[in-house]
Amino acid sequence: MRTNQPRPVFLNLLKIRQPVTAVASFAHRVSGVLLFLAIPLCIYLLELSLSGPEGYVRAGAIVSALPARVLQLVFAWAVFHHVLAGVRHLLMDLDIGTGLAAGTGSAHFVTVAGGVLTLLTAGWLFL
Amino acid sequence: MTGIRAWILQRLTAVYMLGYLLFLAGALARYAPDGYPAWRGMLSVPLISSATLLFFTALLVHAWVGIRDVILDYVRPAVMRLALLALLGLWLVGLGIWVARVLLVVWI
Repeated sequence: MRTNQPRPVFLNLLKIRQPVTAVASFAHRVSGVLLFLAIPLCIYLLELSLSGPEGYVRAGAIVSALPARVLQLVFAWAVFHHVLAGVRHLLMDLDIGTGLAAGTGSAHFVTVAGGVLTLLTAGWLFL
Repeated sequence: MTGIRAWILQRLTAVYMLGYLLFLAGALARYAPDGYPAWRGMLSVPLISSATLLFFTALLVHAWVGIRDVILDYVRPAVMRLALLALLGLWLVGLGIWVARVLLVVWI
């Protein structure tokens, strides 16, 4: 019997091949945090747009500026993925799609659909 | 907050927010605000103003559950966890007071 050796540990998340369900789940968390950071910005823009005609115009100008549009694209992805993955969670709470094949398929769908909607939004924002 | 309570609040707020987004799409289609007066007018409609205030309440509660989960998962020192959770609570309540003011000022 060998003396106590430390157990091997390999926790480099970037080097482990992640299943699509893991990607969808992690993106759900990341998108949630991104949206949390966006909340004060949204309230500020709402306040500005309601403060008067000049505020309304200024809010519009801020939102149409190029860097703001890039930010909006990121937040758009966050909304799409978070809502789609969230609905997937709700359905699973109702025991819909909880099997392995269904779960993998729905994770695939959520990830791809989020990407497609983001691309469409990019077209709308920049073209 | 117990696990089951947090779980229920997270789902309830999510469902309300989904419904509100559909409601908002309908309101924007109906009012189609094209300038400051129309925009302010739309948000002064009591139903729209109330539903929006409820939306932000739901959003802040939903965010509390979610970010709390993130903190509980990754922050190991207990004192740090407590401090961050307390800050989170203060932050979200502050945002709630802010958005309530913004919406009520328009409404009243």
